[in-house]
Amino acid sequence: VSFLEPPTPAQSEQEAPLRDLPGPLGATYRWLDDRLGIDAVIRPILVHPVPRSTNWFNVLGSATLTAFVFQIITGIFLALYYVPAPNDAYKSLQYIVNRAEFGHFIRGVHYWGASAMLLLIFAHTARVFLTGSYKYPRELNWILGVGLLFCTILMGFTGQLLVWNQDSYWAIVVGAEQAARTPFIGQWVADIVVWGRLVGATTLTHFFVIHVFLVPGLMFGLIGGHLYLVVYQGISEWPEPSNIVDPKTYKERYHKILEDGIPFFPDAMAKDVIFALLAGIAVIALALIFGGAPLGHPANPANYVTVPRPFWFLIWYFALLAEIPPTIENIVIIGFPAVVMIWMLLLPFYAGKGQRAPSKRPWAVGSVFIAVLATAVLVYEGYKSPWSPAFDANGKIPQLKPALVAGITNPAAQQGALLFHSAGCILCHQIDGIGGHRGPPLDSVAADFAADPGALPEQILNGGESTSYQAMPAYGSVLNQSQVNDIIAFFKAVPAAENRAATSSQAAQSQKRQHPVAAPSK
Amino acid sequence: MPSIEEFFTGKYARDLFLTGIIVGFGGIASVVLGIPLVGYLLTPLFEREPLIWRDVGAVSDFAVGSTTLVQYQDPNALAWAGSTTTAGAYLQRSTQTSFNAFSMYCTHLGCPLHWVPPPAGLFFCPCHGSTFYSDGKVAAGPAQLPMVHLPVRVRNGRVQLQTAHIPVA
Repeated sequence: VSFLEPPTPAQSEQEAPLRDLPGPLGATYRWLDDRLGIDAVIRPILVHPVPRSTNWFNVLGSATLTAFVFQIITGIFLALYYVPAPNDAYKSLQYIVNRAEFGHFIRGVHYWGASAMLLLIFAHTARVFLTGSYKYPRELNWILGVGLLFCTILMGFTGQLLVWNQDSYWAIVVGAEQAARTPFIGQWVADIVVWGRLVGATTLTHFFVIHVFLVPGLMFGLIGGHLYLVVYQGISEWPEPSNIVDPKTYKERYHKILEDGIPFFPDAMAKDVIFALLAGIAVIALALIFGGAPLGHPANPANYVTVPRPFWFLIWYFALLAEIPPTIENIVIIGFPAVVMIWMLLLPFYAGKGQRAPSKRPWAVGSVFIAVLATAVLVYEGYKSPWSPAFDANGKIPQLKPALVAGITNPAAQQGALLFHSAGCILCHQIDGIGGHRGPPLDSVAADFAADPGALPEQILNGGESTSYQAMPAYGSVLNQSQVNDIIAFFKAVPAAENRAATSSQAAQSQKRQHPVAAPSK
Repeated sequence: MPSIEEFFTGKYARDLFLTGIIVGFGGIASVVLGIPLVGYLLTPLFEREPLIWRDVGAVSDFAVGSTTLVQYQDPNALAWAGSTTTAGAYLQRSTQTSFNAFSMYCTHLGCPLHWVPPPAGLFFCPCHGSTFYSDGKVAAGPAQLPMVHLPVRVRNGRVQLQTAHIPVA
């Protein structure tokens, strides 16, 4: 017996090793088979032949399914203590995380499992697209898969809301604002997102029902159909450039391929199980190390001290909406998801035949490459969010390094340093590494404007434009002339970077005696 | 292959009749159950929260020229809605006698605006960085529309705000 040589499909279908066993084992099997139809129905499905070219790229779908099963299990356990009412939802999560035995871990598995499921379903979709497996005769299975992809995204979005923290609340409002951009029926769509016109008790219960009953139920149905079609049409063979898909000849050729196939169980399934196991170990390790996402602060719309951010898989979209010009915003917010969805649903019908090999489909490979690259860049930008004012987590304005300020002696410049905080300049501009990233750092702004000294106050008074909109407020309507002069005096007094090290060591000495710069009045 | 006429009148007629009964009864049952279900489902969409006036403090609580975050209860509070129905708004006392109120939702995508008091005197959005002057006009994008005004009035020395729906563009 060779462990590396799988049997032919003909052999594995005919053999029924357990049935012929002597003694009670064989007797039990025959008793069960008589009642369950194991040999008639179950075994043939289990050992059905799959192409010999099946490989490690074919494990992504079953790993997604495994993640789904884990989400259902951990979700049921979370629902045991979760209360879907705004009054108590956050408190019940505190109970789960802090008091329930292993609650922290179980929520962690649900959180990282959700992340894994999203990554896996994106990877699975990309693989099916790149190998042209959505082509004849598997068009409808692609459609069911697209349904599952959108259901999974909806699960990710609604799951984040059930925590009912500040991020949840503002994700609903931002979601409603975007839904409202739909032409003609915008208000209705926004009403459905919020389930009314105010975020309240029914908002949470409707998201709870969507997340726990409606979409999972829909997904069970879609998965059933998806698996039925995988078995009925068979797993697609690894594409060869010479094999062009033609509905007249495809099935005949595919059945020839299966004659030299390998049984799904145990040969192909072993790969599935090994990969799913590795993914599961990664999820469990992450859950043990980090638990779930931090609970944050409970939802309270009147508490403005918050910096809302979406769940990681939507952070690229958050970044996209910051970086596009407002003039095309409405088109992007509604048009972009609509075009992606329509393109995905039409794809197997306009490209359902022909070449499958990625090496012969440069547009397919190129578009996936660009999508992955663009997403990576936007995720990076989203986490950095240079466009956001640099409030800290408590909504406070950051402070200049006391050492820097201590080195400044000119009274006007000292006044300017205070104004640099209290007028909000620091929210968008850095000096000595502290401050926001929306505008340029201002360490050397006085030197940069030395050639044209009139331009600096002008810039402050009139603000600045980006490519498509006013990017800096016109401080002329906020500050008076003497305040602007003080700020410019401060810019001139900021020591050059090379001198700063010396200044800050002196300042560190005197810091104990001298006051650091005062915090802006609140 | 039978023609369409044969298909409906030939040997399949009895099967079709029975199929019609199955589908028909199923349809009737769906409608009978469906109407109340849809009505039940849509309750929150038809039930418009009334816009009512809420007391947010005495006139003397607000200094002339100040901008203050005030809190009030939204009118839809079901008993289990908790702090979710606490709404916030920015109240300005612009002169001795006149008040101004702004929704705290950014007009770009709805994030909560932070008020940074003078000398800044600006509202900043923590999401995409839109900025507004103290009079609600856009100071920096990406927002394009000025902040939303909320109705405000003074009754018997008390300042009152009218509750508002989430302002969607």
